[in-house]
Amino acid sequence: MMQSPTKYLAHKGWHQTAVIAIIGGIYVFGSWALDFNNLNGLIAVPKAFAWLGINFKPTANSMTYLPRIWQKLIQTVLLAISSTVVAAFVAIFVALLGSKVTGVNAFVQTIVRGIASFFRNIPLVAWSMILLFAFKQSDFTGFLALLLMSVGYLIRAFMEIIEDEASETMLALKATGASYFQVIFQAVLPQILPSILSWILYMIENNVRDATLVGILTGTGIGFIFDIYYKSFRFDAAGMTVLAIIIVVIALETISNQIRRVIL
Amino acid sequence: MINSEEKIIQKPKNPRSPQIKLHEKSLSRTMIFVVFISLVLITGYTLTHLDTAGVKVNVAFRELAMTLNQMFLQPNAGTDGVPLLLQALASSVMLSILTTIIGAVFGFLFAVLASKNLTNAYLGAGIRVVMAIVRAIPTIIWALIFSIVCGLGSTAAILGLSFHSIAYLTKAYSESIEGIDKSTIESLKVTGAKFWVIVFQAIWPTIVASFVSWTFIRLEINFANAIAVGAAAGAGGIGYQLFVVSGMSFDFHETGFIVYLVILVTFVLEFIAVKIRQFYLNR
Amino acid sequence: MLEVKNLQKSYEKDRPALTDISFDIKPGTFVAIIGPSGAGKTTILRSLNQLIKDDDGQILLDGDDIRTANKTQLRKFRRQIGMVFQNYNLVERLTVIENVLHGRLGYKSTLAGVFGRYTQEEKEEAMSLLKKVGLENFALKRCSELSGGQKQRVGIARSLIQHPKVILCDEPIASLDPASAQNVMELLKDLTEEYNLICIANLHQINMAKKYADQIIGIRKGKLVFDESSDLLSEDILRTLYDQDITEELE
Ligand SMILES: Nc1ncnc2c1ncn2[C@@H]1O[C@H](COP(=O)(O)OP(=O)(O)OP(=O)(O)O)[C@@H](O)[C@H]1O
Ligand SMILES: [Mg+2]
Repeated sequence: MMQSPTKYLAHKGWHQTAVIAIIGGIYVFGSWALDFNNLNGLIAVPKAFAWLGINFKPTANSMTYLPRIWQKLIQTVLLAISSTVVAAFVAIFVALLGSKVTGVNAFVQTIVRGIASFFRNIPLVAWSMILLFAFKQSDFTGFLALLLMSVGYLIRAFMEIIEDEASETMLALKATGASYFQVIFQAVLPQILPSILSWILYMIENNVRDATLVGILTGTGIGFIFDIYYKSFRFDAAGMTVLAIIIVVIALETISNQIRRVIL
Repeated sequence: MINSEEKIIQKPKNPRSPQIKLHEKSLSRTMIFVVFISLVLITGYTLTHLDTAGVKVNVAFRELAMTLNQMFLQPNAGTDGVPLLLQALASSVMLSILTTIIGAVFGFLFAVLASKNLTNAYLGAGIRVVMAIVRAIPTIIWALIFSIVCGLGSTAAILGLSFHSIAYLTKAYSESIEGIDKSTIESLKVTGAKFWVIVFQAIWPTIVASFVSWTFIRLEINFANAIAVGAAAGAGGIGYQLFVVSGMSFDFHETGFIVYLVILVTFVLEFIAVKIRQFYLNR
Repeated sequence: MLEVKNLQKSYEKDRPALTDISFDIKPGTFVAIIGPSGAGKTTILRSLNQLIKDDDGQILLDGDDIRTANKTQLRKFRRQIGMVFQNYNLVERLTVIENVLHGRLGYKSTLAGVFGRYTQEEKEEAMSLLKKVGLENFALKRCSELSGGQKQRVGIARSLIQHPKVILCDEPIASLDPASAQNVMELLKDLTEEYNLICIANLHQINMAKKYADQIIGIRKGKLVFDESSDLLSEDILRTLYDQDITEELE
């Protein structure tokens, strides 16, 4: 640490230059490796929007698609909610077992952590495809895929919440001589409930988006009809679907933000 | 004896916080209660009305167990072979890094222009609305839209992933920027420094740690998205291989192998993220 | 020479925060602005470098009006006017010397400023200013590791490296212990003489104002009620200023 200030500043300058050069280098290399022409890519953006403006424009006809789109969208939202809620229910128990604060012991904690990140990192595509193989093209497939994905995420999130927010309360109540379950139900759960709910809301939003992908792969919900319209070149209907997704996702986000403002 | 103990326990309960606070608290409690109940009711309704397409659930679960067994306990590289899969994996990783770089650069610029403590209200609100709309459209749909204009392939995938990344990171970064105290910005303003100078001399050093962690979170998301786009939009990479083996040739041994590869990569990414974050936090 | 003429400001309609404030300050003068909370001291100080846009009047620095300057001109004015804050306002994650060098940013092109490229002379000047404020051994410490008094001295060095004609200090010692407060006041006083500066400080400590300031400006409810050499500050004036007897403070 006893270097001269001039030297320190020069060193910092070099560091800065090096980081920029490395990132730039990776970018150039990546463009080359993926055969990505930056200029064409840039030109494609306004082109895509012009195309969107022309083809996705709702026509008189597209209103007739609306009831069907709407029904699928509602179904998708319901699936997103129910998969998140079931996942949260499972995750809270697992997180209580696995967190450093409330966990059983170091061994169980390690196991829980391992399983959670394992689940989280299995690609949604893989879940969708193997579930599709077993459960065929049904809503239940979509539900399970979202559920399995969410569980991994929520376990990790809940464990972090418990460790961040409940450790002091936990100590305070333990000091009064309360038993493990008393502490969990009287101190830990009430303390973390708002954050838990906030995460659940976030996960619902996210699952609505992910449901589109799952839908395209497994033939369910909103993703499925988007895929059908898209592949059969009925772009006015596809545009209508996208519009409906935008409205629902933004509505969900707004509602969640309002709820968060009250509870946090 | 018992009497006195009860008194000790009960005493602090009575003179609790003043009324206003109690009211606020009960509002948030009611809200939590109402939201939880509605969520549970919706879930109950959905699950009881779920369409299972006539599949016998217990049979299906047995089949699933068999599939999982093949995947995780007997993985092999299948007909594609290790070199091809590694190459596909590398291209997916490259895709996610590239789009994260694009997202980080543009995301930071937009975040600066969108943050309430830096710019004029109209520009900021405009950017936030546009970004909310871009974010609302799933990555996969962005990729499909771009693939109509540029054809199926990496360009469409890169643009699709970049769009969502930019919108996501704009929001994340601008929340970090809005957390900065106004006074830090003021202190450079009074030296006569120009806008972008203030941004890089006062704001950047302050948020660099959270910038790094958000960027790496997005890198992980982008890796997952790169796989998804590869599978559902036919944009190549390991996602496409995964789609083919699990959905067309039903080779679950190879599916398992690919899943292990993917998990390995995410562990490595996570490890790197932790290291780099530590480095920036300690400096 | 700093001349303020008929300065007006109201945040809300019909509730003026400043009415008709006029005063002159010659170079080499240490001025204290005193007055009760909410009188408008901060508002005056922040109008002087246009962090707050006032409504009417004139602010002349060596004859040029700051108030009518466009964006580029305003930046040029601002680099001639240093500011020292109550809460120091340093970029905590950067080192002491980097924070001092921030005072040079007003003189730099956007590119040089963005990448923080400073010349050798600037770095040497930063070091010599750190010596002057007694922090030469702290140049490479992170600002988050400094005490309040040390942070305030970094803030002063940052304003000095701007080569200012004026230094504005909004309650520079309000967050400091008595000993550090004394150090900072002495430093400001010495620097004012050495560089022939105009130094204007908002103060709540009347004894400090009396001890260090050459000229005292008293503000009450947005109006100027006193503007004289500090020897002339009397108990009577303090009583009108603060609406109550304030005697022990003076001793
Ligand atoms: N941003 C603002 N919006 C509305 N009114 C303001 C604002 N800032 C200050 N005021 C009002 O202007 C008047 C002067 O405030 P100012 O901050 O200049 O007082 P001050 O003398 O610096 O007080 P203190 O000694 O407490 O710092 C006060 O009545 C205050 O309520
Ligand atoms: Mg004030």
